[in-house]
Amino acid sequence: MLKSLLQRLGQTVFVLFGISVMVFLVFFATPGADPTARIAGKNASPATIAKVRQEYGFDRPLPVQYATMMKKLFITQDLTSYANRGEKVVPEIIKAAPVTLSLATGGAVIWVVVSILMGTVAAAFRGTWVDRTLMAIGLVGVSIPVFWLGQVANLITQARYHDTWLFSWVPPLGYVPFSESPVGWFKALLISWCTLSVLFIGVYARVLRSDLVTVSGEDFMRTARAKGLSPSRVLLVHGLRTSMITFVSLFGMDFAQLIGGGALLTEVVFGLQGVGRLTYQALSSLDLPFIMASVMYSAVFVVLANALVDVVYLFLDPRVRDGR
Amino acid sequence: MNGPVDTAPPGPWQTAFRALGGNRSAMMALAVLVLIVVLSLIAPFYAHDIAHTDPFRANVAGSFMLDGRAVDIMQANDNPLHLGMTPAGPTWRPSAYMLGSDSQGRDVAARLLYGGRISLLISFSAAVLCIVIASIVGILAGFFGGFVDMVLSRLMDIMWAVPVYLFAISLSIVTISDGLKIGPFTIEADNLLIPIAIIALVYMPYAARPIRGRVMALRNADFVMAARSLGVPRWRILLVDILPNVASSIVVLAPLMAALALLTESALSFLSIGVQTPTASWGTIIQDGEGLIYSRPMVAIAPGLAIVIVVVALNVLGDGLRDALDVRETSKRGT
Amino acid sequence: MAGDAPLLDVRDLSVSFRSGGRDVPIIENVSFAVCEREILGIVGESGSGKSVTAMAIMRLIDDPGVTLRGSVRFRGQELTTLPQKAFRTIRGREIAMIFQDPMTAFTPVYTVGWQIDEAIRVHERLSKAEARARTVRLLGDMGVPDPERTANRYPHQLSGGLRQRAMIAMALSCNPALLIADEPTTALDVTVQAQILDLLRNLRTDYGSAVMLITHDMGVVAETCDHVMVLYSGRVAERGPAAAIFSQPAHPYTAALLDSIPPLTGPRPTRLPSIAGAPPAPLERPPGCAFAPRCHYAHAACDILPPLVRCAEQEVACVLPGEGKALPPRMTERVEA
Repeated sequence: MLKSLLQRLGQTVFVLFGISVMVFLVFFATPGADPTARIAGKNASPATIAKVRQEYGFDRPLPVQYATMMKKLFITQDLTSYANRGEKVVPEIIKAAPVTLSLATGGAVIWVVVSILMGTVAAAFRGTWVDRTLMAIGLVGVSIPVFWLGQVANLITQARYHDTWLFSWVPPLGYVPFSESPVGWFKALLISWCTLSVLFIGVYARVLRSDLVTVSGEDFMRTARAKGLSPSRVLLVHGLRTSMITFVSLFGMDFAQLIGGGALLTEVVFGLQGVGRLTYQALSSLDLPFIMASVMYSAVFVVLANALVDVVYLFLDPRVRDGR
Repeated sequence: MNGPVDTAPPGPWQTAFRALGGNRSAMMALAVLVLIVVLSLIAPFYAHDIAHTDPFRANVAGSFMLDGRAVDIMQANDNPLHLGMTPAGPTWRPSAYMLGSDSQGRDVAARLLYGGRISLLISFSAAVLCIVIASIVGILAGFFGGFVDMVLSRLMDIMWAVPVYLFAISLSIVTISDGLKIGPFTIEADNLLIPIAIIALVYMPYAARPIRGRVMALRNADFVMAARSLGVPRWRILLVDILPNVASSIVVLAPLMAALALLTESALSFLSIGVQTPTASWGTIIQDGEGLIYSRPMVAIAPGLAIVIVVVALNVLGDGLRDALDVRETSKRGT
Repeated sequence: MAGDAPLLDVRDLSVSFRSGGRDVPIIENVSFAVCEREILGIVGESGSGKSVTAMAIMRLIDDPGVTLRGSVRFRGQELTTLPQKAFRTIRGREIAMIFQDPMTAFTPVYTVGWQIDEAIRVHERLSKAEARARTVRLLGDMGVPDPERTANRYPHQLSGGLRQRAMIAMALSCNPALLIADEPTTALDVTVQAQILDLLRNLRTDYGSAVMLITHDMGVVAETCDHVMVLYSGRVAERGPAAAIFSQPAHPYTAALLDSIPPLTGPRPTRLPSIAGAPPAPLERPPGCAFAPRCHYAHAACDILPPLVRCAEQEVACVLPGEGKALPPRMTERVEA
């Protein structure tokens, strides 16, 4: 077990290094234009450009530039946004993180609960209209662009039906910190949670159903029935528990990606000032340092989260634990 | 069943096509896709000969004829302050502004058809390009194993770890302002090749992993082992034994990748880092409609519905193909 | 309990499934009985319907396209019409089953002990500790070394033989009157096979259980069973006391099966006789005797389905005894020149 943990650690370090190199290359070695001009922003003065060139070492070889960049990102954390009047980038990201975290966590709770319900019910009623209807709903769920769904949700809850009893509680777009008012926080986020979870409910319900159907053909399910267990116990205790292994590993990846910026579109549509929306604003002002920092931080976060999921995995699947 | 069998049994592809033909929902999905492609193709005809409009020219001061009366495209709105103007709403008549006008006085219906051309072109090309690259990578890694596999797999791990949209955004933002210069070739920033290549690249690992897994399983299959022990050269094993058996996995991936590509294209265009003006795609039209969402929601709803319909059809078709070809491993991600 | 009534009485059991708009019969009119503490061997090639018979008795076939006819009585109680819920109190408690492949028969994510505890606690109101005590005792009885530790191990950590012992322990956990063992030794090494068969043989004295042993191996039957039923292509070919059938098989198929066991003593024949051809698929089953196409003795009378007739101590579905042309007794110690 220790050996597989160490191996995983080595892999994680390698992937972290690889990602930092790749992101660096994407931003500074894409053939086309001078990175100095990109960093300095639109219509920068020659003085600014000279300062940027000196600061990032763009007149020096690539490995030196890479080292400089990493130092500014992770050690001194003094990467500066030129488009945004000298704002320090890293603290801004950290300040916005709770919003993203709230959005992703709430959405995850909804999608896990609903998709387990949907997938299990569909598998239990395999081949019937219940199964077909649930899976059709799931299919539509994975086919809706989330930013569009958000707009439609806003149209309904903020305008068209806002004055009915159903949606009169919906506050205007924006975020309310949990520390300020837990109820306000909940109300402000509920619609965006639902919107965010639709796609994942579709994906997870479909994956879980097909896993459960595959598992139900396994010998051990027959053994469980031959023991005299009830069908629901066979499905939930033996089938679902075994299928949860895939479910959890998928969940870890998606949740990490969401926190790492995958919720960008939802944040933009619902006006939630999280890391994603900041990145979006940086896009329109071509604020490269900010985008690079957010991509780099989120990638690091995703890698670390994936490593964590693998450890959880070790505890879920005894076969992996022994390095089978 | 009775009597001698005098014809050769149908091949696997023939069987699959028959199964697909018998799948009602897959056939309906195919029909819907064909219909939408045809509608997109006739966009110029619709704009020029039916709606009599130029969907790429702002027309805020113009008017159009409705029931014999001239109607202003931009109308004074009914908010108490009379601030700004509201574009005309849907007329539900194909002859003029069927789905209304956008904030620049352009016919949304005509733009929708033109947008469909771009969205479908990008997503289908990106899916094809993605699958071509992924097949090469997946087959190389799976077939040669060892060092080649290690390098390619680690590369995919790295690409995998960056959230798809952030990866696409990074690539877009560095190419959007200046285009791409590779040696003597310059690709302008507004060239559609850029979003196509970006989408193909970010989804490459998603398609390459299942292909690699399939090739590895095949490489160790008994019939390949047998061919090897008989001294059949490697390239021949690759062409004769491996490729035809991987082909079904690749075909199944195609509609799913097209669906993902369409969703990504619309998202990038919505963030205004995909298709660049004056070109329109469904994503850019949704963005045009964002500001009008409460007053003229049809501007954003129509292209969104178009995306949902096409993506649902692609997914249904993908499910049908998977059932027909009997491919087990279709997980879009994970191993 | 009615004195002489058999423990399990199966009459005219037929299973068919719908395919391409018609019913395909898998087993047809299979009848047999298992008495208390008896070991019945059910023998046949793969596809002869042995496992389907067992699954049908346990009602483990739930494919909607499958229809089941006939009667299965257990201690006089009809099982086929029993409601699912009532049947569950019999399944695992009165009739238990073990399967061919012990590698895949345990749920991989729980320990072996947990799964045996579960089987106990589903039928009896016992605390976790009481259930675990019984689990450990059972594992020990089954010859599992260090049963406390083994109970806490996951299935993949045990060898095939240990897993099959654990499987039998689980099946015996509620002291069932009947144990159905579906090819319990096929997936195991030869030495382990012998140990497991020993275990099964001793069940009737140690646990008072009857055993229905399904196998394709006549050698296993010879070592273990009191009674034998030979299935061929979904129909009973011959059934009766093992000793009688081994000394004087009445059905050409049984005789051919017995000829294919390597002799235990004397010089080994250079080639064992084998039966040419393969059993017919359910759809191509002839209306008459299903074995006729492969039978040396086939003649016109075989085109009509032969009924099961009594012949010496056993019953046989063959026209030969009726025609006064019974097969010769088998020379068990036959030496080939």
